Amino acid sequence: MAKIPVQFTLNGSEKAEFIDSGTTLLQALRDKIGDTSPKGGCHQGTCGACSVIIDGELRLSCLTLAETCNGATITTTSGLAEGGVLHPLQRAFLDTFATQCGFCTPGMIMAAKALLDHTPNPSRDEVVEALSGNICRCTGYEPIIQAVLTAARANSQNAA
Amino acid sequence: MELRKNYFADLRKDDLHEIGQPRPRSDSPGHVTGKTAFFADRNFPGMLHLKMVRSPHHHARIRSIDTSEAEKHPGVVKILTAKDVPHNVYTILILIQIGPEDETVLADGKVRWKGEAVVAVLAETERAAQEAAAKVKVDYEVLPAVFDMEEALKPDAPLVNEYHGQNYYLYDSGECRKVRFGDVEAGFAGADHILEQSYQSSPIEHAPTETTGCVVAPEGNDRFTCYTNTQAMFFTLDNTSIILQMPGSKLHFVGGTVGGGFGGKVDVIVEPIAILGAKLTGRPVCFIYSREEEMQISSPRAAEKVVIKDGVMKDGRIVARKVTGYTDAGAYSRHSPYGAQKGAGHYPGPYTIPNVWIDTYCVYTNRTPSSAMRGFGVTIGDFALEVQMDKLARLIGMDPLEFRFINAYRDGDMKAHRQPTEGAALIECMQEASRAANWPVAEKYLAMSSYVKGA
Repeated sequence: MAKIPVQFTLNGSEKAEFIDSGTTLLQALRDKIGDTSPKGGCHQGTCGACSVIIDGELRLSCLTLAETCNGATITTTSGLAEGGVLHPLQRAFLDTFATQCGFCTPGMIMAAKALLDHTPNPSRDEVVEALSGNICRCTGYEPIIQAVLTAARANSQNAA
Repeated sequence: MELRKNYFADLRKDDLHEIGQPRPRSDSPGHVTGKTAFFADRNFPGMLHLKMVRSPHHHARIRSIDTSEAEKHPGVVKILTAKDVPHNVYTILILIQIGPEDETVLADGKVRWKGEAVVAVLAETERAAQEAAAKVKVDYEVLPAVFDMEEALKPDAPLVNEYHGQNYYLYDSGECRKVRFGDVEAGFAGADHILEQSYQSSPIEHAPTETTGCVVAPEGNDRFTCYTNTQAMFFTLDNTSIILQMPGSKLHFVGGTVGGGFGGKVDVIVEPIAILGAKLTGRPVCFIYSREEEMQISSPRAAEKVVIKDGVMKDGRIVARKVTGYTDAGAYSRHSPYGAQKGAGHYPGPYTIPNVWIDTYCVYTNRTPSSAMRGFGVTIGDFALEVQMDKLARLIGMDPLEFRFINAYRDGDMKAHRQPTEGAALIECMQEASRAANWPVAEKYLAMSSYVKGA
């Protein structure tokens, strides 16, 4: 099968791969590039574990064809910490005990980041709505909601 | 967090300097940075993908299996059937002497539930494995199936599992686990009221976000590393050793990171066949359940039926309790004989009752094999028991919480299965629950103690 070239920016680095047509962005990131922070929980767009940010918008990488990402800017949870310093969302997830098994965590953090990037001071309802596409089967939703609100407060204090 | 130190203050010397203090979880930094290595994050050059051909029937004889078309499919490397598995018939709990071996790794001559693994296909890509699996031709003779436990226990029911010879697990105590304490019929005869109720539950799927699976890499010296999300590392290692007839020293298991388990990852299902695939091809192999397989194939919590008959006095004392419990194992034992046995020990509940009779059955049906899930064997029983307690309280016109104080077990009470009660703390838990839930009870119940004699 003829390979398709695809090139995009991942967490600030240029990436280029030859892929088979039909390869999802999730497969390209995990199997080709080696960024395993997006997880495959359902491969049908229902669990949110594969969430990434593409050109500023929250996307499900399991339903996104890699070949449609040419020239895109992609952010994943593995790219959030800068120089070993955790992103405020990561810090807040730690401090509020918002992780249990950890499998949904990278997707949750992406969904939360997409929210805070657009809405720096969300209401609780807005946080719940923003996380509604991400399943935590350990059912630790309350600490996750608290983590996002905590990170939002930390952001606004830093901005002030 | 509020810590109340008035309970058991005379029994405790510590100042609770750890309890109530937040301590960071050691795994969280990996989780929030995406660095935690789940099994599926392992990737090896040349890794093959394993897909199962599964039974479309609940119960059927296999007349023939034709893999010739599948073998020709581009990308297919190896196809495995029952004859390739060194020790194909196994049961997980044989390690603790709960037999007989009753389950096939790959179906041999018969399938006993819809979704049972029949043929394993290993191919260069997941897609090729899936497409080739669809080309395997299995000729089935469909057999009558049974899905209801009481139907399965009737003498003319279809036999689900020949390794047992009857549709129930034969304990050393006979057709069920039994607890006999006091004289239950005399207790009923002297009771003011009798209440008999039946409770039942459906299977429940754990639905972890990370599906069941493993990645196997040959080490090049006839030893294999298996990255797995099993919750039962040593059960898996030892059962794999039995199934593949390989010494444990050839098996290197790496695990401990589980993307949600809840008991659903304690069966030994994916690892032996994936390691066999790696051994026979010399290639790394990954076998990961699809979401559909996780929901339909992995063991759920067993369906249960619980029949409870209680004799109660007008003053609130339960004087006799008879329980018959049924656990639906599905087609194979897995952990269910143990679950049903746990139920037998548990069914009196946390109450001191002088006359108790308990029978618990582990029943085979043509349903998906059930297994462990959070308190399996007791959780459904607790639901049934506590609903029954509310009904009993209503029957005699008593507050349901005060009714439980009257019957709560206390230190020194003999339980029906002949273990003396120690460190019960049930009275104190209910006193605190009464306060926290703002559900007042009479002063005499607040003066009770689970461990002070006479209080």
